[in-house]
Amino acid sequence: MLAIISNVLRASAQRNGAAVITSARTYADFTTQATFEIKKCDVFKLDEGPATQVVLTRDEGLQYYRTMQTMRRMELKADQLYKQKIIRGFCHLYDGQEACAVGIEASINLSDHLITAYRAHGYTYTRGGTVKEIMAELTGRRGGIAKGKGGSMHMYCKHFYGGNGIVGAQVPLGAGVALACKYQGNNELCVCLYGDGAANQGQIFETYNMAALWKLPVIFICENNRYGMGTSVERAAASTDYFKRGEFIPGLRVDGMDVLCVREATRFAADHCRSGKGPILMELQTYRYHGHSMSDPGVSYRTREEIQEVRSKSDPISMLKDRMLSNNMASVEELKEIDVEVRKEIEDAAQFATTDPEPPLEELCNHIFCDMPSLEVRGTNPWAKLKSVS
Amino acid sequence: MAASLRCFLRSGKNTVSALQLRDFHRSAPAAVQMTVRDALNQAMDEELERDERVFLLGEEVAQYDGAYKVSRGLWKKYGDKRIIDTPISEMGFTGIAVGAAMAGLRPICEFMTFNFSMQAIDQIINSAAKTYYMSAGLQSVPIVFRGPNGASAGVAAQHSQCFAAWYGHCPGLKVVSPWNSEDAKGLLKSAIRDENPVVVLENELLYGVPFEMSEEAQSKDFTIPIGKAKIERQGNSITLVAHSRYVGHCLDAAAVLAKEGIECEVINLRTIRPMDVESIETSVMKTNHLVTVEGGWPQFGIGAEICARIMEGPAFNYLDSPVTRVTGVDIPMPYAKILEDHSLPQVKDIIFSVKKTLNI
Repeated sequence: MLAIISNVLRASAQRNGAAVITSARTYADFTTQATFEIKKCDVFKLDEGPATQVVLTRDEGLQYYRTMQTMRRMELKADQLYKQKIIRGFCHLYDGQEACAVGIEASINLSDHLITAYRAHGYTYTRGGTVKEIMAELTGRRGGIAKGKGGSMHMYCKHFYGGNGIVGAQVPLGAGVALACKYQGNNELCVCLYGDGAANQGQIFETYNMAALWKLPVIFICENNRYGMGTSVERAAASTDYFKRGEFIPGLRVDGMDVLCVREATRFAADHCRSGKGPILMELQTYRYHGHSMSDPGVSYRTREEIQEVRSKSDPISMLKDRMLSNNMASVEELKEIDVEVRKEIEDAAQFATTDPEPPLEELCNHIFCDMPSLEVRGTNPWAKLKSVS
Repeated sequence: MAASLRCFLRSGKNTVSALQLRDFHRSAPAAVQMTVRDALNQAMDEELERDERVFLLGEEVAQYDGAYKVSRGLWKKYGDKRIIDTPISEMGFTGIAVGAAMAGLRPICEFMTFNFSMQAIDQIINSAAKTYYMSAGLQSVPIVFRGPNGASAGVAAQHSQCFAAWYGHCPGLKVVSPWNSEDAKGLLKSAIRDENPVVVLENELLYGVPFEMSEEAQSKDFTIPIGKAKIERQGNSITLVAHSRYVGHCLDAAAVLAKEGIECEVINLRTIRPMDVESIETSVMKTNHLVTVEGGWPQFGIGAEICARIMEGPAFNYLDSPVTRVTGVDIPMPYAKILEDHSLPQVKDIIFSVKKTLNI
């Protein structure tokens, strides 16, 4: 009998396509929270590490799932649009690394600060950008988060400082943001991300020194996805223990494919910073499914088998899904429902991103200077006197 | 009487102000002598006091009182939080300064000389100058980069480069180059109050030179607008345009040339970017001749840009001869004094160039 009712209800849900999750099972049937055992972090210059027994609530799980799925679908849609030549230039995709962005954001506040390099679409989303404005920026339209002026690598929103194209340059910037937090005494911190390739940049070591010296509230995070463009970590670094490279800065090595590990480690790191102990370094071991960028097939320096193995054994979204299902925290239908909604959101955003007009030519020279009344800008020839307003 | 009056009028002094000096009913303005160093110091002191978001960082700016003593006394007054000694890490601390500006502070980032700014130039251009544009106005960067620029005395090739042309090339940056104490104070204060990244190119040889500071310039709110040149001396025969130390050289040359009946109009650029081309054009349309003077190398330099702009504008038709550029010699700076002296424009080079341009 119940089976008939559930079938009817399920069928009606599919017909409506509504945002209401209807299920034969009520919420009372689901476990509201469960405790999970997560991988222990390797620590450096620390007496203890993050907790290994963590609690995940049903609501949190659903939120992480939705966010990661949105990021995944958004990146895959970008791949599609790039191949259709609707997105041009640089496009560095984040699929596979979703647990990092989501886990980090879960343990900081929107009032904290974050800066990263060019693989930034995911972070733009977790920091408050909408899929619509991110995609429209990728397609270079006026509805883009930077009005089409920035593109893939230069997206900004409140307390999110991009999106930075020069490898490693964002690290001193992040420490500077942390300096401002300490200076203003607002108990905020800055999460400052870089990759395994950037980890060999000199300016990062200069930054470690000053951050430690001045006890800046910065969490340095190395997203180690094993390849700096086409160069594997073994071929680039004399020491691949990125979490130890801060030398005098305590470090953690974290499973970056497990959103709960990332969340717990970030919680630990944030506490460290906010208690005035100065900087801390986290290495997130993660993986990108795509190549370095859309112009890299990603298989000349690594094997398809390796990519497939990570996808089947360590995918962050699958891992979370399995955890939730096997602990009765959600149903298959419920998660499918979320997938449908996400797919629709992405489709709508892509629709907007492909139909929104490009920025008007009159705005070509705008935003050179802040607070400047109209300024004249030289065009391509002496008679082209263009105008800049901010 | 007539002769002395003629001499007086040729000197370019304003008749009215001269008469005022002889007017016993009105007291003369209380001008004081102040070195460029003290003017810069006063500018920073006043702005640090006025706005608690302003802070200074750089090598030796705090406990050493500044490598050239420009920040003398500031650490004692404001402490560690606002006057920060950095390790020798230009790329690192410049990036930190830019990040702090992005997050709401107003840093003054000092380079011991602009030669070292080359290590950090990516942060200045890519992280500071371009960000407002890339973010379509979401993210401003209110930062000042300052320090001595150009040749000093006997410091040789790696410590003598002029960066006016390099920084002046880039949209998104404002670049100023003060000459005297009033310039130094007024432009630095404007730079600190500006919401944009501003490069302030000082000159080490001018730090110790005293100049008159008008009563107006002594005020705590004295600023000089960025983007406006100043006519230091009026004249009809020829226009001389210079920035920084060479403004003084031009005035010296003008004094010598005046004795021969050549009246030079001397323009102090004050700002390299955005350049006040209009002032130059107005002057050229009056004098019909132009000589530019700079310490930097000729190729792609300030003079080259002025030549191009004059050609593209209304003043070209008023030129009676091509523009002449007086520049540093196109070589790395040598060490030996005789060689160094001959690597930079001297007053006699300016006089020679003026006469050549006027075909005298």
